[in-house]
Amino acid sequence: MALEIDGLTKSYGTLRALDGVSFTVRPGEIFGFVGSNGAGKTTTMRITLGVLDADAGQVRWRGAPLDLSARRHVGYMPEERGLYPSMKVGEQLVYLARLHGMSASAATQAMERWTARLGIAERRADEVQKLSLGNQQRVQLCAALVHEPQILVLDEPFSGLDPVAVDVMSTVLRERADAGVPVIFSSHQLELVERLCDRVGIIRAGQMVAVGTVDELRTGGAPRWRVDAPAAPPGWVETAVPGARIVRRLQTPDSLVVDVELPEGRDGQEILQAAIATGPVREFGPVRTPLTELFRHVVSTTTSEARSA
Amino acid sequence: MSNPQAPSYEPLGVGRAITMIAWREIVTRARSKAFIITTLMLLLGILGGGYTVSVLTDREPEPIAVVVDAQATATAVENAAEQTGTLVEVTTSSGDIEADLVDTDVAAHVAIEGQAVDVTVWQELDGGLAAMVAVLAQQVALDTAISDLGGDPAEVDAAVLGAAPAITPLDPEGAQEIDPSQSILGLITGILIFIGLMMTGQMVAQGVVEEKSSRVVELLLATVRPWHLITGKVLGIGALGLLQVALVGGAGAASAAMFGLLENSPVRMGSAVGWLVVWFVLGYAMYAFILGALASLVSRQEDVGSVISPVMVVLVIPYMVGVSIAPYDPDSSLVVGLSYVPLFSPILMPIRSAMGSVEMWELLVAVGASVVLIVLLAALAGAIYSRAIVRTGSRIPLREAFSQLRSS
Repeated sequence: MALEIDGLTKSYGTLRALDGVSFTVRPGEIFGFVGSNGAGKTTTMRITLGVLDADAGQVRWRGAPLDLSARRHVGYMPEERGLYPSMKVGEQLVYLARLHGMSASAATQAMERWTARLGIAERRADEVQKLSLGNQQRVQLCAALVHEPQILVLDEPFSGLDPVAVDVMSTVLRERADAGVPVIFSSHQLELVERLCDRVGIIRAGQMVAVGTVDELRTGGAPRWRVDAPAAPPGWVETAVPGARIVRRLQTPDSLVVDVELPEGRDGQEILQAAIATGPVREFGPVRTPLTELFRHVVSTTTSEARSA
Repeated sequence: MSNPQAPSYEPLGVGRAITMIAWREIVTRARSKAFIITTLMLLLGILGGGYTVSVLTDREPEPIAVVVDAQATATAVENAAEQTGTLVEVTTSSGDIEADLVDTDVAAHVAIEGQAVDVTVWQELDGGLAAMVAVLAQQVALDTAISDLGGDPAEVDAAVLGAAPAITPLDPEGAQEIDPSQSILGLITGILIFIGLMMTGQMVAQGVVEEKSSRVVELLLATVRPWHLITGKVLGIGALGLLQVALVGGAGAASAAMFGLLENSPVRMGSAVGWLVVWFVLGYAMYAFILGALASLVSRQEDVGSVISPVMVVLVIPYMVGVSIAPYDPDSSLVVGLSYVPLFSPILMPIRSAMGSVEMWELLVAVGASVVLIVLLAALAGAIYSRAIVRTGSRIPLREAFSQLRSS
């Protein structure tokens, strides 16, 4: 039932854009696809949609290769937005739905439902080029959803959206996933990816360097704790727990916040007790490494041969 | 939200995909102002042209009014007018020459006094009468001389009028006269098919680039194959162009029949329009595939012109020959020779058909050659288009597009 990306390889001349890219998106799962510009996200998605041929590797869905007739069940939002500029919104969506095999009446119903859902119902009779860029984005999302796809592949769906549209889009993606649709989307807005995605894949220079839940990606790093102990003397952390080190320090007139990285096997409670011994403690808790930092870490460990494609 | 396990759609067959793509082309273009206006202008031009020609050719030449002094003079003037082919209207004078000539319609007063012919005009002699009055003067002088010799002028006149030379053509076929209606029809056919091919060809090229530059092609190719897309586009625009050519051709035939333009003409309108339609279809197929493939090499509307201009030049060559030589000399070896060249046939052959100067076997040979070329072009164009359409950015060199062709 899952969407399997298996060993995709693609070269443009001497440039190796994809080098054995593999990951799986399960039904009902939102998969965040992140990576620097030119890392291979768009190439992977274009190959998935059959717009581009891979040199090697395969994309499978429900265990069978994702061929032309199966691809009609995919909702696609290309990186470069594309619609007929001089065609009316409603007609265009009905046309695209029918091109995916829907009957005329089902296509019309779906168009009406999705344009209403995304707040562009009153623009159905307008040409796409007459809409603002934000509304064109909404039409683009309608185009990806209008044929009731059973897989969603969205390249940068959030770029260019206002906060309201971001919320609508997030809700829609969650809904589709809850209906059992595997959803894969790429984005540079990592907070959004962290909030929305069940699993994340990080690609660098055409290779998958990390795949898993955000929590899974965090493991491996040493645990970190945040303590606000305004009265603590310098050096109290190292004294309390040998081997511990302060990775971040923020002092204001009435607070002294430190992020402490503990050595393997040591418990945060030791730090808390040491902090209380120094005086009042205003804040204590584990630090969850944001995806942004994980991403920087993963990508920078081997950035020496960073490239652009 | 419907259950994703129960899709509300059917598998889409190749035929239906192509039909839907073609239908979109027809509907969106038939509604465009540009298409409606050009079609109406062509129709108006054809009907208006037919009307104008009929008015011009139907007009009877105006007779020149001549006043004479007596009935005998009237007879002599009419004889002289007949001999010189002058159309005159003769009335007898009121007696006052000046009063007669005050009427500005009256060109001259003619009186015969014995051997003298007196012509009185207001200011100067109407040019149309010069030959007539000269012959009249000679006739009167001759009649006087015959009478003086004792002969009967009337008898001699009759003998003179009845005398005609015997003309024997040695090669009657060689001097085939071209009726003006043939030339006009040939000319109109040439212009019409040229406009038709030019317009539809450009529509295909611009349509291809529109999809590429707006990137909508990426969305389309996720559900249909490149060759579905180009075939649907070529078919849709072709159907629309065919409708336009058939409408205009039909209007031409209707206006010819309505205004009686082809009475006494050797032209066969039905066959001319029929071949026009056939050659439009063949010509369109050739140029549409070439232009569609070339257009797929560029990503911006501004670049369409430069990439298709060599083909447009190829289209202009038969047009120039077709409208400048063929209507006046349809059997010229240049016209006949070029009309067999597949890319030129679609313009030159219908001109030759319109003028009735082509044999059926010639048409069949040219049609056959064109069909072979179309099959080759469609295959080549489909391959180039498929490789180039998803590659956006700078113009793709044709050499590269060719080198990428593969058997898949």
